[in-house]
Amino acid sequence: MAFVIGILFMSATYLMLSKSLLRIIVGTGLLSHGAHLLILTMGGLKRGTVPLLDEKASAYTDPIPQALILTAIVISFGVTAFFLVLAYRSYQELGTDNMERLRGTEGND
Amino acid sequence: MINFLILPILIPFLTGILLIFFAKNVSLSRWIAGISSFITIIVSALLVQKVRVDGIQTLDVSNWQAPFGITLVSDMLSALLVLTTSIILFTCVIYSFKTISKEQERFYYYSAMNFLAVGVIGAFTTGDIFNLFVFFEVLLMSSYVLLVHGGSKIQLRESLKYILVNVISSALFVITVAYLYSVVGTLNMAHISVRLSEIGESGIVTVIAVLFLIVFGLKGAIFPLYFWMPGSYYAPPAPILALFGALLTKVGVYSIMRTYTLFFLNDKDFTHQLLGILAIITVIVGVIGAIAYSNIKKIVIYNIIVAVGVILFGVAVMTPESLTGSVSYLIHDMIIKAALFLLIGIIIAITGTSDLRKISGLIKRYPGLGWTFFIAALALAGIPPLSGFIGKLLIVQEGFKEEHYWGAGIVLMSSLLVLFSIMKIFINGFWGTPQAYKDEEAVPVRKLLVAPVILVIISVLYGAGSEFVLPYISQAAETLSNPSIYIEAVLKE
Repeated sequence: MAFVIGILFMSATYLMLSKSLLRIIVGTGLLSHGAHLLILTMGGLKRGTVPLLDEKASAYTDPIPQALILTAIVISFGVTAFFLVLAYRSYQELGTDNMERLRGTEGND
Repeated sequence: MINFLILPILIPFLTGILLIFFAKNVSLSRWIAGISSFITIIVSALLVQKVRVDGIQTLDVSNWQAPFGITLVSDMLSALLVLTTSIILFTCVIYSFKTISKEQERFYYYSAMNFLAVGVIGAFTTGDIFNLFVFFEVLLMSSYVLLVHGGSKIQLRESLKYILVNVISSALFVITVAYLYSVVGTLNMAHISVRLSEIGESGIVTVIAVLFLIVFGLKGAIFPLYFWMPGSYYAPPAPILALFGALLTKVGVYSIMRTYTLFFLNDKDFTHQLLGILAIITVIVGVIGAIAYSNIKKIVIYNIIVAVGVILFGVAVMTPESLTGSVSYLIHDMIIKAALFLLIGIIIAITGTSDLRKISGLIKRYPGLGWTFFIAALALAGIPPLSGFIGKLLIVQEGFKEEHYWGAGIVLMSSLLVLFSIMKIFINGFWGTPQAYKDEEAVPVRKLLVAPVILVIISVLYGAGSEFVLPYISQAAETLSNPSIYIEAVLKE
């Protein structure tokens, strides 16, 4: 898992350093995938049944990381939705998705 | 009442929800926002008094025992910061009445402001590391909305960058929490502290400490991670800028204070020295920026960076007195930065520009504004009767005592340059020949002055009454320098 997560982080970093805004947003998506998988991995991948008490098994998987991931997923979902709409708005208003051209401090007093 | 410490979170939260329904009725939502933020001030003042009398307040949410549920903890530090936050929220709300256009107010402006306060106050009060992350997201999400609110070109452009930086730092926060969880297997801060002291000195804990420094440093704008701030804070209008400048970076600073006094005490030689070095470079970078610009917004924005460095230097020194100094300076800085941004907002509203070279002679026509700004500037630099003095005195004194001569010397020098940068605004902007500006008749200067004058009065009282305030602050610092008080209060051993 660690290798897969490492590759996800690597691709995310690469994409976020690129010029186009949409590539950057795809990068943030990959970054949050990596972070969520990392919580799961760090919580431990030992064998055990699903965390449902009906199963009456001797060992369960750790339920806390799953709750944390669920929380983190909805948060990053909300932020990504906002980010995408913002990217759409700024494409309409500013007419470019090239981050190199979104510089300067003019137009604000 | 046992649930008292949740009220400062709950009141803005319920107000935020209520304001969603009444958003189209501007005058009603102004009343609701104003009154509820005033009630929050009263409640948090009572909370401070309660913590003063009865010690640390803890609340196990829905009666789950301490390490298993979420625990809200209000020690003196968080109670004082909650009180400061609610005062700043109130002043920014009443300032917004006259500066934000009706059209903008109709689009859930006050709701977003209240949710921002929920996030900040929650982050100050929580006792659970993942809950801290959630409250961070609450405040960041509202700050995204407030930053882009109005949708001018510069706001869109800067919001893109601000959101990107914060998305990355939030992902890093999640990663750091995951590492910490795999080491200690718990999320409650007091319990983490116990487990970490059992582990003792270990390489992985130091790595996690540095990761936390990176995460909170990105929020709090310390040296190599401050790059996003000057641009992003340049974009929003004055009341939002005051909220951001006073609250958002300080949440990062508070989190560094909390984690570095509660968790990472075993390898101080490395972690706290790193923190000290970064803090000093932060001061230097901030001072350079503050002197370099002749744009009034930029000058005050770089002054935020200076203050963050000074506070963190006090944390890095880690003696009870230097922590007292840091807490005192933190509260002073929140109040005075809000006041300065609101005053600058008035100047920009009058003159229509933030370029210092185009402004002069304001004191002839606006003496009230001028002298309020003058007092705020002196307080920022730390002139003795005013509020910035005692905190910086303690930090510098302890710095010398602990033989951090370079650091303490630079902090001392930085006051001079901060004073220079802010007096540059006063001398160039207020003295000189008066000019006529377009549309200045339309600016209700007297009504706008109410909010910053309240803040400046509080700041003067805070400085003049340090005899009265200091017991509260040293109680806050006592919990910081002796984490066992915090741990016993939460885990009830």
